[in-house]
Amino acid sequence: MGKYISKREKFFWGLKKGMPIAFGYIPVSFTFGLMAVNGGLPVWLAIFISLSNLTSAGQFGGTNLIIAGAGYLEIVLTVFVINIRYMMMSLSLSQKVEPNTTLLQRLIFGFGITDETFVVASMEPGKVGFHYMLGLITGPIAGWTVGTAAGAVVSTFLPEALSSAMGIALYAMFIAIIVPPSKKSIPVFMIVIISIAINLILKYIPLFSFISDGFRVIVATILGAGIGAALWPIEEAGTD
Amino acid sequence: MTDKFVLKAFIAVLLMAAVTYVPRVLPLAVFRREIKSKYIKTFLKYIPYSVLGALTFPDIIYSTGNFKTAVCGTAAALFLAYREKSLVVVALGAIVVVFLAGL
Repeated sequence: MGKYISKREKFFWGLKKGMPIAFGYIPVSFTFGLMAVNGGLPVWLAIFISLSNLTSAGQFGGTNLIIAGAGYLEIVLTVFVINIRYMMMSLSLSQKVEPNTTLLQRLIFGFGITDETFVVASMEPGKVGFHYMLGLITGPIAGWTVGTAAGAVVSTFLPEALSSAMGIALYAMFIAIIVPPSKKSIPVFMIVIISIAINLILKYIPLFSFISDGFRVIVATILGAGIGAALWPIEEAGTD
Repeated sequence: MTDKFVLKAFIAVLLMAAVTYVPRVLPLAVFRREIKSKYIKTFLKYIPYSVLGALTFPDIIYSTGNFKTAVCGTAAALFLAYREKSLVVVALGAIVVVFLAGL
């Protein structure tokens, strides 16, 4: 992102990069709206959950616990554990944003960090700034909220086969983001494979069954990137 | 759906929003220096790839509630992503294949 590009252009560039994420979110958030209302929550609350939480696994998990009548502590701890991975993304982004980005700007666009917006921003060449980030998160926030509203309103009219098919949408998006860079870079491909292998070990070997799903993803992420950084250091990491 | 249940749910949602927002912004807001260690810099650049790998597999296999349809959908997503189709095309393609495989 060169300095000669106007703030407006940076915003619209981010907006453009966020649109595929926004559309990809619709089937997933639609499913969420459906689930929340079928579970007994009012339509407005389902929409408010998506607008205020803007996350997939965390809000699905938390909402299921609300519906099941769980206590505040259990809900908060579960959601927090699922969301610890955002701290790694936020730390990674702290090295990616333009250093002159103000605290207020960080507090604003930080709200829109999701698995997808984080990875798309990370893949931009060079540093990213506030206006790009603001553009990037706008579409996904809208898509996530609108999809939830649609699912919450139509709730009962969807055939079971279609609603369960939409469960794959989020993971298909992950695959769409991860495969192209894995084709172009052997270290990236190997890191993806290593983190998946660790994830499989933690999930299926009974010795590790005490590890929750949230922590499993965190351990696999840290070990995958940690082993990768030891084996394939990026020489020009400082200059971008 | 009593008022008491909705109020409790609303408070829980606010708490959920807080424990989602804080991890997102805390490192970004607090950590403003540039990291000098080459290892840590490389590590942070590899996080996007390792986290998506760990989020996707094996969880995608359980995403439709049916092993067979999920495997078909995963294969479709991998194929479309390998052809570098857009996020929307990959997501919709996987949904359609899962739906058809489940008929």
